[in-house]
Amino acid sequence: MTMDLRELYQDIILDHGRHPRNFRPIEHATHTAKGYNPLCGDRVTVYLTLDADRIADVSFEGRGCAISTASSSLMTEVLKGKTLAEARALFAQFHAKVTGGEVHELPEALEEDAERLDPLTGVKAYPARVKCATLPWHAFEAALKGGAAEPVKTE
Amino acid sequence: MNDLAAVKPRVALDPRVLRREFPIYQNNPGLVFLDSGASAQKPALVIDGVAEFYRRDYANVHRGVYQLSQRSTDAFEAAREATRAFLNAADANEIVFTRGATESINLVAQSWGPAFVKAGDEIIVSDLEHHSNFVPWQMLCERMGARLVVAPTGADGGFDLAAFEARLSPRTKMVAVTHVSNVTGAILPVERITELAHAKGARVLVDGCQAISRMPVDVQAIGCDFYAFSGHKAYGPSGIGVLWGRYALLVAMPPWQTGGGMITQVTAAHTEFQDPPHRFEAGTPDISGAHGLKLALDFIEGLGRDAIREHEEDLTGYAIDRLSRIPDLDLLPGGQRRLSVLSFTLNGIHPHDVGTVLDQHGVAVRVGHHCAQPLMDKLGIAGTVRASLGVYNDRDDIDALAAAVEACREMFLR
Repeated sequence: MTMDLRELYQDIILDHGRHPRNFRPIEHATHTAKGYNPLCGDRVTVYLTLDADRIADVSFEGRGCAISTASSSLMTEVLKGKTLAEARALFAQFHAKVTGGEVHELPEALEEDAERLDPLTGVKAYPARVKCATLPWHAFEAALKGGAAEPVKTE
Repeated sequence: MNDLAAVKPRVALDPRVLRREFPIYQNNPGLVFLDSGASAQKPALVIDGVAEFYRRDYANVHRGVYQLSQRSTDAFEAAREATRAFLNAADANEIVFTRGATESINLVAQSWGPAFVKAGDEIIVSDLEHHSNFVPWQMLCERMGARLVVAPTGADGGFDLAAFEARLSPRTKMVAVTHVSNVTGAILPVERITELAHAKGARVLVDGCQAISRMPVDVQAIGCDFYAFSGHKAYGPSGIGVLWGRYALLVAMPPWQTGGGMITQVTAAHTEFQDPPHRFEAGTPDISGAHGLKLALDFIEGLGRDAIREHEEDLTGYAIDRLSRIPDLDLLPGGQRRLSVLSFTLNGIHPHDVGTVLDQHGVAVRVGHHCAQPLMDKLGIAGTVRASLGVYNDRDDIDALAAAVEACREMFLR
């Protein structure tokens, strides 16, 4: 196996890809949205329960590659208990890291969560795979906007 | 001349030697290219021939009175004649140049379709079809109030003639099927399909994209009414394609795009159109592309289509044998007769993950739904990994694929 591949498929990604956390529907979710990547057929549904401004619970279902499944799983882990502002800040930084955009520093309280997502940033070397990592986040964003009737698409 | 062909010694293909004619291999050492089903690589004689054409003979066609324009027109029409000969069509005027098979099929669906299909009629496609031979008919049916009927493949992955026959009726106006599946490599019995369809008065369109570069194709022997293919899958340039249609049908079809080059007279009140094929070639065509296509067809003829078929059949058999031995690998069935295209899944590993790992091992394959979502839905899978062959592939390529698949298993299934 080449070093490059190990950068992409780190153990934590393989683990979350095989054994996704928070992989379940939330029956009375306050927000939900579907994400769809027409290129590969990956589908993800993100469920949220908001308590005022805070994410009380977050989960996902769907089928996808190791990258999108691990990204969904890790996303749900870091988002739980966050305020919406914190969640958006985490997404903004993650998005910048995987797409090569300008990375802004996060408040110290979020640094550990941001580091949890770092293993996924290996996708930036694989342009065809970046959307696998961002798909659940886009669905999360769509859920906050009131849950689009149509799935958010990466294309 | 036929006698000459008969006594010409049959030379088996040597992919190792052939690769020297494909510059992509010099520029990408170690490349294992197994995606010719998506688009074939180009031999130097096509690449250089197109460049040389621009350098020496280029001008617009059918327009100028000057010599250069005449030379360009001659080259363009020579490509038409070469394509006629390649398909054994009766008349060069039956060869319409298009952007590719997709445009060829859309041309028939949009020109022949509304003129000959009415509400209550039926169009039959197979469940193996590429979206480009599925969606145009679906849209035509929606527009005309006709019904799209899907003929299923059997459990062995081969075309089910009995199931097809059961769906044929006097309402059937068109049967549109692929010659070779772009997902499983299944070869469809297009001669028999045509015979059965014609007995009900239906027309037959064959999508020849995967067949054209790999086996002899004789449209008169098949007996079909339309045959479509893309140049880029036949070692030619992208942007050029072919629609062959029986002249009696083409001449009864209205233009589908209008513009320069396809009219005989335009007045404020009325326009008269040219006869086929020019009626269907509005605007400046892909002149150099047509020339490049001719060079590609010459290249294929030079190798011999029987020799190519033999080579790819042998390699397909080897690949089936090799891949079948890999645990966790499920090869999609392709019936009793299959050629050069193999799809598989790897026990729960997403095709895109497989594709990325294979790419890191220098193996280029296609992953995903291969523009055949109806088939993926039927099989209950999101996609497959697809390896497809060309004249430059050999057993080492298959071994490299197998080794990369093993590395993938090691990574995801250990």
